[in-house]
Amino acid sequence: MFPFNFEWIWDIGHAVFFGGLWYAISILGAGMTYCILKAAYDTMKDKGEAHH
Amino acid sequence: MDSALIPEGAKRCSFPKFAIGIAIVGAVLLWGVFAMFLCWFKGLNQTNMNDYYGFALWIWADLAVIAVGGGAFFTGLLRYIFNIDELKNIINFAVIIGFICYSSALLILAIDIGQPLRGWFIFWHANVHSMLTEVAFCLSCYFAVLTIEFIPNILENRQVSKVPFFHHLAHNMHGVMAVFAATGAFLSFFHQGSLGGVAGVMFARPFAVREGLLIWPWTFFLFTWSAAAFGPCFTLLVTKITETVTGKKLVNDNVVHLLAKISGWMITTYIIAKIIDTIYWAMVTAPSLGFKLSHFYTNNSFYGYWILITEIVLCGVVPGAILITKSTRENPTLRLIAIVLGVIGVCLNRWVMVLQIMAIPVMSFDTWALYFPSWQEIATTVLPVAYGIILISLTYRYLPVFPQEKELNTVEQITKTE
Repeated sequence: MFPFNFEWIWDIGHAVFFGGLWYAISILGAGMTYCILKAAYDTMKDKGEAHH
Repeated sequence: MDSALIPEGAKRCSFPKFAIGIAIVGAVLLWGVFAMFLCWFKGLNQTNMNDYYGFALWIWADLAVIAVGGGAFFTGLLRYIFNIDELKNIINFAVIIGFICYSSALLILAIDIGQPLRGWFIFWHANVHSMLTEVAFCLSCYFAVLTIEFIPNILENRQVSKVPFFHHLAHNMHGVMAVFAATGAFLSFFHQGSLGGVAGVMFARPFAVREGLLIWPWTFFLFTWSAAAFGPCFTLLVTKITETVTGKKLVNDNVVHLLAKISGWMITTYIIAKIIDTIYWAMVTAPSLGFKLSHFYTNNSFYGYWILITEIVLCGVVPGAILITKSTRENPTLRLIAIVLGVIGVCLNRWVMVLQIMAIPVMSFDTWALYFPSWQEIATTVLPVAYGIILISLTYRYLPVFPQEKELNTVEQITKTE
């Protein structure tokens, strides 16, 4: 699963399969991170505006 | 009792009535859970699987729920990528159905592998030459996509959305949903296809093997196509069942007609491709391997030509024709017949591609090997149905799943009063 696993080989099979897997996981992870951070920022902003 | 959780303006049955309904379905669920634990603790000897049937009822159920759950990715693709705005009124429900289907598929696989504690081996010690590894990767990732698509609907619950962070999170997730939907469509294309590809590359099984394009047999494309074609039929069918049970109109007719029309054209184009594929396989592929068509449909007590005709004509050509013709599509009874036939058709296709393949004799000394599942297999296959009913009941009761519900039922009430 990772290049540091003993059974990892740098070949086309591993590149295609794990390239695709990590690509998909990265998009989902980045998308969710953006949403969570932006939601936290929006919440803080709302609170700040309420104080003023 | 739970009125604070029910969407504003929506009418639901009393809590005791709801609880009784859940308890009845819950009893069926417990029966399935009991069988599941039997399989886990006593092993796969609880099933009727054998050397012929390493893939049996569970794998059929798996492929069938994945096919009918295809409505989620295809409706999501149409809504978020092709920007078909009307579908916003059914997309929440399509996602919930997809979530139920894919979580059920993963549950069935967790039972089928016999050693669920080693489920993670498929990622850690991946066989990068197997289409099923690709299926496992895409299936898991797509389930994550469906969970992400489902979360905003949960966050829109009347009480949950009062928390500002959750309110903003739901809003932001809606904003980037197109990215998730596109990822979901990409993942679905590959795992739906690879499930068909597994059958198509089995050169020792002349009933299944197909020629194809590069490394992909034609079954790869037919499986993806059929999931996109028949998945929306299942979404429409479950919507209709929910409307009947609740006694309410939940989705406007124009949305239903549009999705039925798209599904109809997808079914029609799919079934043309399927007919061409079948004729080529029967006339060229199978004879080149030394088999006549009759070998696959005779000399046994169950699999006859009826199954081929039912799958292609009755459950393929007929629903396609009904749904592409405006007058028949807009007739509620004919439309319901078409979507029921369509759902049966895709399930039958998966049955043929999983179980008939195993039944057919391949060696000259072989005979037909028919199989009947054990009660444990049946119970664990019924389990996802009970789970699905419970989850739909809970989401319908507590979440704003159908944006048009209030408007449609207010109009109905006014009409009734008049």
